[in-house]
Amino acid sequence: MAVLSALHGFVAGVGASVLGLFRATGALVLFAAQGIIHCILPPWYWRETLRQMLRIGYFSLPVVGLTALFTGAVLALQIYIGGSRFNAEGVVASIVAIGIVRELGPVLGGLMVAGRVSAAIAAELGTMRVTEQIDALTTLSTNPFKYLVAPRLIAGVLTLPILVAVADIIGVMGGFLVGVNRLNFNAGTYIANTVNFLEAGDILSGLYKAAAFGFIITLMGCYHGYNSGRGAQGVGNATTNAVVSASVLILAANYILTELFFST
Amino acid sequence: MTPKIALRDVHRAFGSKHVLRGVNLDVMPSESMVIIGGSGTGKSITIKTVLGLVRPDRGEVWVDDIRADTARGSRRDALLDKFGMLFQGGALFDSLSVWENVAFRLRRRMGRDEAREVAITKLRRVGLGPENADLYPGELSGGMQKRVGLARAIADDPEIIFFDEPTTGLDPIMADVINALIREVVVEMGATAVTITHDMTSVHRIADKVAMLHDGIIQWTGPVGDLETCGDPYIEQFIHGRADGPIEALR
Repeated sequence: MAVLSALHGFVAGVGASVLGLFRATGALVLFAAQGIIHCILPPWYWRETLRQMLRIGYFSLPVVGLTALFTGAVLALQIYIGGSRFNAEGVVASIVAIGIVRELGPVLGGLMVAGRVSAAIAAELGTMRVTEQIDALTTLSTNPFKYLVAPRLIAGVLTLPILVAVADIIGVMGGFLVGVNRLNFNAGTYIANTVNFLEAGDILSGLYKAAAFGFIITLMGCYHGYNSGRGAQGVGNATTNAVVSASVLILAANYILTELFFST
Repeated sequence: MTPKIALRDVHRAFGSKHVLRGVNLDVMPSESMVIIGGSGTGKSITIKTVLGLVRPDRGEVWVDDIRADTARGSRRDALLDKFGMLFQGGALFDSLSVWENVAFRLRRRMGRDEAREVAITKLRRVGLGPENADLYPGELSGGMQKRVGLARAIADDPEIIFFDEPTTGLDPIMADVINALIREVVVEMGATAVTITHDMTSVHRIADKVAMLHDGIIQWTGPVGDLETCGDPYIEQFIHGRADGPIEALR
């Protein structure tokens, strides 16, 4: 009897978790769909969108730039060590470039921006929810999705590729600095190897990924902030959930997108 | 005469908690109705159902003979244009300056300069000079935030204004100033007003009529002058602040 009861409890627990997961996924999909519809349909709040582009893109430049610089530098050292084991030190420049542009630029850039921007958006919208500012928007005949969510989604999708393009350049430069100054490569040869082995598809696939990550980062910030619980704890939870879910989804989306680009 | 706002058997529950259990209320045009009741009795939820911020589980909400609780799209937008609301905490937008807050709704149909001018006029109306126009909400005291909230609520000359706990958190003098301002602007604009409060001074200063909400229903409604003599046990207990009576108090 006790075994049956424990089994019943276990099955009920698993069932409740699965239902909860479906409910959360459904709510997120509906939220995303509503957000996309409001991005497409007028009116658009361009001033708010530009303000968000500045906050998401421009103010994330230092953290993304530094991440890319050190990543490029470390990558050059590691590839040199690995390459020297089978006399392939010459591939450092091209592998640094391909690694940064296809993978590390968008993924690490996305994760850094997720930490910075998702948290900020969730905290801002969560506070607005708690202090009734979102309700106030409605009473002022303004759709909160149009005014709060759509500008952030548009800004995320537009600015992340630009941010990642800059990160790509800085990351490659980090590899160049280490390659030339520490590993004694010839500067001209290093640049030639970087340019010759890099294809347009490498750059574009990274930028497409960045746009997708921009959407994920802003969507997670908006979703968790908009549905924030009450009080400081509610806003705190929204912030944590936004960063964690954005980071996990970036990594998952990265695999899916890489598979897609790999097979085309 | 047709009521400006009518609630018919409005129910609303949150999980197992039944907050509204059949609210019936009529607010006539240009009337100042004050809803009183203890904390957590559903006063805010009642006005949020009128605004469409909370959807009732059952019942009907009518505004100017239009079914408000089922209105969607442009019909709902048109209804919302009739309302102004002063929120309990002000709910001013932190990222916008004082004048931008006040002119928020006006900016849809006015240029920046014209909207700023109207905003400054409305700020003057609530006793704030133009020197405050470019400040941000975080730089204002609680009383000033309430005034800015009031200026925003009346900025577009709405037909109906809601005041959610307008004097909560204010000192008695500032509370009296806000009460007087509310009464003045409502009379001056000829607007229909619904105020939520448990401050009896506000009730006497603002109300034409009073409704007592308890246990999810309107227990009593009548002119403010009848409040002391109505003999309703709920009203008696509430206005005299007694722990003993039909309203159970947690000890």
